[in-house]
Amino acid sequence: MASLKELKDRIASVQSTQKITKAMQMVAAAKLRRAQEAAEASRPYAERMSKVIANLATGIAGQDGAPLLLAGNGRNETHLLIVATAERGLCGGFNSSIARLAREHALKLQAEGKTVKILCIGKKGRDALKRHCGELIIDTVDLSAERSVRFANAADVGNRALAMFEAGEFDICTLFFSRFHSVIAQEPTAKQLIPVEITAAEGEDTGLAGAAYDYEPDETEILADLLPRNVSVQIFSALLENAASEQGARMSAMDSATRNAGEMIEKLTLTYNRTRQAVITKELIEIISGAEAL
Amino acid sequence: MADKLAFELVSPEKLLMSAEVDMVVVPGSEGDFGVLSGHAPVVSTLRPGVIDVSDDGRAARIFVRGGFAEVTPAGLTVLAEDALNLAELDAGELDQRIQNAREDVADAADDITRAAAQAVLDNLQEIRATL
Repeated sequence: MASLKELKDRIASVQSTQKITKAMQMVAAAKLRRAQEAAEASRPYAERMSKVIANLATGIAGQDGAPLLLAGNGRNETHLLIVATAERGLCGGFNSSIARLAREHALKLQAEGKTVKILCIGKKGRDALKRHCGELIIDTVDLSAERSVRFANAADVGNRALAMFEAGEFDICTLFFSRFHSVIAQEPTAKQLIPVEITAAEGEDTGLAGAAYDYEPDETEILADLLPRNVSVQIFSALLENAASEQGARMSAMDSATRNAGEMIEKLTLTYNRTRQAVITKELIEIISGAEAL
Repeated sequence: MADKLAFELVSPEKLLMSAEVDMVVVPGSEGDFGVLSGHAPVVSTLRPGVIDVSDDGRAARIFVRGGFAEVTPAGLTVLAEDALNLAELDAGELDQRIQNAREDVADAADDITRAAAQAVLDNLQEIRATL
């Protein structure tokens, strides 16, 4: 049985771990609120954008002159996977579940004989993917210096993807990130960026579709202007969702860590008290039997 | 002028402005156009320029750097890439932006991007002059 001193030290160390996880949980909760607000604030822009694009696209789809970003370049050989994860760990299964989804996707594409390239955003994703598909990773975007995601960060990634697309370095681009549902539910998601996936405007409630719009300049030019911008906007909103998910995942991970530490302290304290009593009993027996022997 | 126009200015980061106003003048890429309530539905891209918002004699001027505007029967929505309220703008920040724009022009790889960067620069300098 461990000595009293050892048990005391264990208890102290678990207690300080608990203090840390507790603090991390509270920090994550505060950051989560901010991240959630940012994600919500960005929604109107992204929604408007995709609505207008969907509107324009339905009118223009199928025509010969449709922009490449909308129709694709007709090939399906090289895939670019943009994998957005966090810069830090200690957030439960957040990073690994995104990486797993991306890895499965990559392996499936490879099995079909396609070429896969991976662009990581956040170094945790790179670390997780390095072992199985390290040779596929073309680069990592490091955002660890940023305190919060700014649109410029997303625009950089977006422009880079666009430049690669124009140079013919890939045919289809898919973005991996974690969609934020609630503090305890985040869902790793794959979203096709290039060519644009038109989410059929459900409900058509706004009466926009079919409304006789005037276009200045004409539809094709507006689309040519909007589509590249849309790529950056999609990446930006994905990064914001990711930030909120990360904090949510960290919060629940740290909450259960704190609870586990509490249980452990209880168990250790029980053992400590039992050991202490055993020691006292032993000493008493020794004294009494010593006295009797005289 | 009983009817007001519902005007929303949205940037990727947040909703910047949502108000009922009398009139908004939008710098469309094919020319400025004023929007009153009941305007015909239009979708237009923007050039870098100043949005003039007037409401009850009060005016707000907001500099936008590209984006697009959408007029629906419900109102006007401007999706701006980068928006600056001129009333809150000070000369130092503007100079910084002019400096950035100059670098953009210098760094531009081809004529199209250079022309776009030049347009931004010209606009900034114009605003600087009025300040």
